[in-house]
This record gives sequence, structure tokens and C-alpha cells, in this order.
Amino acid sequence: MGSLLQVLFDALSLGSLYALGALGIALIFGVMRLVNFAHGDVIAACVFALLWPSVDAVAIIFAGNLPWYLLVPFVLAFGAALSVACEALVFRRFRRANPATMMIASFALGFVIRYFLLMLFSSRPKSVSLLPALSQPVEILGARIPLLQLITIAVTMAVLFGLTAFLRRTRFGLEMRAAAENFTMARMLGVRANRVIMGAFALSGALAAAIALILGSQTGTANIMMGASVMLMAFIATVIGGMGSLAGAVLAGFLLGAVATVMQVILPPEARAFRDAFVYGAVILVLIFRPQGLLSARGTRERV
Amino acid sequence: MSLLALSNVSVRYGRLVAVRGITFSLGEGEILFITGPNGAGKSSLLRAIAGVTPPSGGRIDFADHDITGRAPEDIARFGLAMVPEGRDAFGGLTIEENLMVGTGMHSATRGWKARAATELEAVYATFPILKDRRHAQAGLLSGGQQQMLVIGRALMTNPRLVAIDEPSLGLAPNITDQVYERLTALLAMRKLTLLIVEQSSTRAMMVGGRMMLMRGGEILLDGDARALGQSEAMQAAYFGYGEP
Repeated sequence: MGSLLQVLFDALSLGSLYALGALGIALIFGVMRLVNFAHGDVIAACVFALLWPSVDAVAIIFAGNLPWYLLVPFVLAFGAALSVACEALVFRRFRRANPATMMIASFALGFVIRYFLLMLFSSRPKSVSLLPALSQPVEILGARIPLLQLITIAVTMAVLFGLTAFLRRTRFGLEMRAAAENFTMARMLGVRANRVIMGAFALSGALAAAIALILGSQTGTANIMMGASVMLMAFIATVIGGMGSLAGAVLAGFLLGAVATVMQVILPPEARAFRDAFVYGAVILVLIFRPQGLLSARGTRERV
Repeated sequence: MSLLALSNVSVRYGRLVAVRGITFSLGEGEILFITGPNGAGKSSLLRAIAGVTPPSGGRIDFADHDITGRAPEDIARFGLAMVPEGRDAFGGLTIEENLMVGTGMHSATRGWKARAATELEAVYATFPILKDRRHAQAGLLSGGQQQMLVIGRALMTNPRLVAIDEPSLGLAPNITDQVYERLTALLAMRKLTLLIVEQSSTRAMMVGGRMMLMRGGEILLDGDARALGQSEAMQAAYFGYGEP
């Protein structure tokens, strides 16, 4: 019972991370058909926002020393601002470009962010003790669950409910959903393209920041590559969820987390090193049988 | 003073010229049908007016604004409501949400919420089927219902000009009758200028008003719908024998 519960919480917390990442990608894909590969580097940048630039091995904690009620809004705002800046400085110039061009631009932008971090912080991973109180375990029905896992799951649920309420109940959310289905039609109804796209980037950046906070506390390190692995899984989740479908992205994120965790448990020890190969194999199977994704998005028309 | 005025407007897609230097104006309260065969440039012309495909040449004035090259959301704010071909309802949104999308652009003016609510009731009065299914997803509606939805959605923006691209496309004739019935009823109720694109001139002759015939990106004929519809010149121009 205890170990089963442990696996469940492992799966949920890993899935949360993937779901948050997939949401950030699906939000932007929904409104502008851009697959934003710079998302992972925005995550990394958010972790480094806690540090003072230096190439020394020992990190100089800067914003990371703030109390949590200031730290969390600061990182979220930083992520949103960075993401909006990416839109204003780079992606806005590619509005009328085809999706492949935009995707390549996002790769390039990701490299720019990554090497900027490299220049400021060097490639050595740095240790950051972010919110150390969270790594203590909690006893639930005989299972020892790290408090951070519980918080990760709770935060993800809160984000999902908050985002759903935002999209369903607010005027801006209505405009975003309309724009995600048919951007041109939404504009002909007076929906401002720039505002909606900026909003999507701000939300996506804040989601990246949430992942950064979770990853930073979980691993205790800041590494310029740390966004990449989450980004890859999150991207796969958006694909098997059905590009642009927010619900699909979340569902697939949790599914991937579950599959990865279960494989870790059931695979024979000598095969565990190849866990990811099995996960990707499962992804291929899903795509063979449902190439449009689990929940395919409705609006697949041309964008702006 | 005309509500909409085009002078020498051209639209091209790369090297393909869809609209060749068109000039016409449309007065407040007029009904204009633009007819013509497939590929005549009718939809391209509408897209240029709505700001979706900026014209490659010429000038468009609407409601005392030069709207040449302006963004669609700005043109919509001046009072142009576009109902594009293929009934672009937001399928995943409910009917009521579809209707409300276009009201947000007036959110800077006072009392817009009350006005939107009144407008919503007016649209529901015109299209009762929409009210019955107000919380259903728009994607589940039949073609005729969707056509009524997108016309209702256009009316919700409190427009001065409603431009409709092929309202009868893909609809059974009796459903098309219903759509036009509602449209003409609307015209009797409120001050509205209509620009309707149709392939055939039959509807124009039934409803009446002004009709233009487009072919090869140019306007070949312009006149009273009923008179034009029966003329020999119309037939000739539509099918392209004996240059008019």
C-alpha cells in the first residue's frame, strides 16, 4: 500500500511538471501556430534569475534569498516578462511567416538565451538551496512523500483550475479561446491580435517560471540545460495530446509522467537505464494509432 | 456621403491578380449583391475590405476613415461586420459565447454590458433556435443554424455594414430561404447596410436592391438587381460570351 502510494505520488508530481510545460507550449501554439522551442530555455533563465551573475562555482544567491511570498511572484513575473520580450523582439517579426520558419526562429532564440546564460554564469551547474523546508518528507498512510511533491501536485491543480476559470469566465479568456480556434475570424470581431498573443506569452512564461521553481527546489541545482529535458517531454505531451488542445496537453503530460514512473518500477533493473526508450516507444505507438493526438484541437485553420 | 468607397482597389496573391482596380461606393442603407462565377475575385474583394488581405493598390474608405491596410480589428471597430464564407463559427465555444466575442471591442464605452445584453435578446428574438440551444457547442449546430449564428454574431457588434460571403453556400434551398427571410426581416427592423456575395443572381433578384457582376477581378455590370437579372447582358457577362 505504502509503496503503491509512493509510485502514485511520483507519477503525479512528474506528470505535473510535464503538464505545466505542455500547457505553456500548447497555449502559444493555440493562438499563433508556433511551436516554441525556446520554452525550455525560458525555464532555465527563470532559475538563474535567482542568482547574481558570476562564473564562480559557488552561486551568489540574489533573489533566491527573498522570503517565499516575494520570491514566487518575482520569478513568475520574471518568466512572464521574459516570454513577452521574446514575443515583442523576435516572434512578432515572424507573424506572417510559415510555422516552420517560426519554429526555427524559436530554436535560434533558445540558443541565444542559453548562451547568454552561459556567458553570465558559465556551464558549471550551481547549487541553489531554494526553499529547503520543502524537501522534508511527510508521512501519508505509511508512505513517506516529500512535501515538495505534494506542493507540486497542489500547485499544478491550482494552476489548472485557475487557468480553466480564467479561460471560461473572463472576457480575455473568451477572446483567447476564440482566437485559438480561428484567429482571423476573432480579429474580424474586433479581438486585438497583439493583446491576445501577448497574453498567451505572458501566461506561458509564468508557467515556465512555475516549472523553474519546482525544478530548482527539487534538484537544488541551477544548470543551463535544465529546461531542455522537461521541454522535450512537454513537447511530446502537446503532440500526443493533440497540438493546441489545452486539455489534451495536460492529460498527455500526466500520462507521460505515469508511464515513465511505472516503467521505472516494472522494468527489470538492467533495463531501467533504457527507460526513456520504452517511454518514447509508447509515444510512437500512440501516434501510429491516433496521429491527430488524443484530443485534437478544433481550429486547424491558417493563423494571422 | 457614402459609407463605403473603394477607388481603384487591386488585390494580388504573389503574381496572381485577384481583383483589378475596382472602384465603387455604397451608401448608407443600401443592399448590394456582388455576384459572379467562381474565381471572379468576390471573396478576395471582401477580404480586402475587411483588412484580412491588404489591397496591393488603391484606397478603401469606410465610415469616414481611410482603412487601406488597417488591421481587421480596427476596421471592425469602425463598424464593419464580416460574415466569411464557410460560416466560421467557433465550434468549441457555446452559442452564447460565440455571440459575445464581438461585443468586447466596445468595452471602452460606457454601458456596453447593458447594450450587449439587449443586443443578445434582440438576436435571440430574431433567431429563436439559438436561444433554445444557447449553451450548446456551436460545432454541433446544423449548417443553417450556424449561418444564423454567424449572422447573429455579426449583428452583436452593432455594425453599420454587414458583409456576408455566400450565405447560401452548402445550404439546402429551403434553409437558404429561411436565412434570407430572417435577413430581410432584420432590414425592416433596423438601419443596416448590407453587402452580400453570391455566385448566382437568383437571390438578388428575389430580395431586390443593387447588383454588381464581377468576373476576372473586374466589375462588368452595376445596376438594379431585378432589371439586371433579366437582361441579356447579364447572361453574356456571367458566362463570358460577347464582351459587354
